Amino acid sequence: MALEKPYKDVPGTTIFDADMLRLGYHLNQFCMSLMKSENRDRFFADQKAYLDEWPMTEDQKQAILDRDYNRMISLGGNIYFLAKIFSSDGQSFQFAAATMTGMTQQQYAEMMINGGRSADGNRYIGEQE
Amino acid sequence: MARITAGVSTSHIPAVGAAIDLGKMEEDYWKPVFKGYEFSKDWMKRNTPDVVLLVYNDHASAFDLSFVPTFAIGCAGEFQPADEGWGPRKVPTVQGHPELASHIAQSVILDEFDLTVVNEMDVDHGLTVPMSLMFGQPDAWPCKVIPIAVNVVVYPPPTGNRCYQLGKALSRAVGSFDEDLNIQIWGTGGMSHQLQGPRAGLINKEFDAHFLDKLVSDPENLAQMPHVDYMREAGSEGVELVMWFVMRGALNAEVEQVHRFYHVPASNTAVGHLILENPDATP
Repeated sequence: MALEKPYKDVPGTTIFDADMLRLGYHLNQFCMSLMKSENRDRFFADQKAYLDEWPMTEDQKQAILDRDYNRMISLGGNIYFLAKIFSSDGQSFQFAAATMTGMTQQQYAEMMINGGRSADGNRYIGEQE
Repeated sequence: MARITAGVSTSHIPAVGAAIDLGKMEEDYWKPVFKGYEFSKDWMKRNTPDVVLLVYNDHASAFDLSFVPTFAIGCAGEFQPADEGWGPRKVPTVQGHPELASHIAQSVILDEFDLTVVNEMDVDHGLTVPMSLMFGQPDAWPCKVIPIAVNVVVYPPPTGNRCYQLGKALSRAVGSFDEDLNIQIWGTGGMSHQLQGPRAGLINKEFDAHFLDKLVSDPENLAQMPHVDYMREAGSEGVELVMWFVMRGALNAEVEQVHRFYHVPASNTAVGHLILENPDATP
């Protein structure tokens, strides 16, 4: 029997379950390596060369080089691990979240100040405008 | 005898830690957030415990994907603030209580809650931001802390009910420790928030208000809520709220709510905060 996934119909959301974990294991472990400042230095000295040290797919490496967080998530990245990338870039969680929604950080920050994205219309795939 | 006198729940947003560390607390954006904790800091001065059992989740800091403990208890003598990618927070080293932690681990494991024992780990914003909110910026933290880490990163986290029952086991464990200690239990994380994907920024004030109400008055029923309801209604990261049940389960059925605070937004997240006292546990 396949794993039960009752959350598959939540729109715009990827739940980091066992299947995503297997897909993204090395991508996420790469992110962990950025917690050490000497690794951050090596990464920023030559990003592609540092990524080539990890057994990731070329798609995963390209998504990292592009800082395409939605793509990284679709390839098994978990947001708390990906946070090591944007933190190393000197960016905030709010910056990263904005890029995933297709908004500017300013637009996103205003949405949050106005109470955030409503759950209404965003509970099930197919009901969004 | 050691006893649990009070529970605290609070969000543990990293941007709140950064606002404190960078001296932004008086800025218009942050002022309303910190105003909600003025009462709390004052209450804490009057009710400083000997030890806090601090329930939080590690955010890929101490635990990577090589092992994912569902529940873990920190039994070390001290815990260093983690480097989460921008250098460690400049906050004091967290002092543990190895004797009580080991006692709790033994007690709850024999009580059939199989906690992972961790003798060395760094602690990230999930643990240190609540401490900054409750204690301010002292040169040394005024009490000891036993970190209790809950997996909410890899699906599935433990259920709300499992967390609630663990809280009860922690209460039994504390009650059988001989030393006379005043102990608080904190549950952190939440409230509604989603940090990832096109639906990032989700906030659900109605859900949060209902959760705050029922956590105090009817936790046993609230604890039955399935994970998918948190994810759908309160955002994918809103599922962190299961950790608040560990706090609630460790308190009496009847508690006195001495403080409640709610504010949107702090960065991506709804801030929620409760202080609950055990009425018969005056130190």
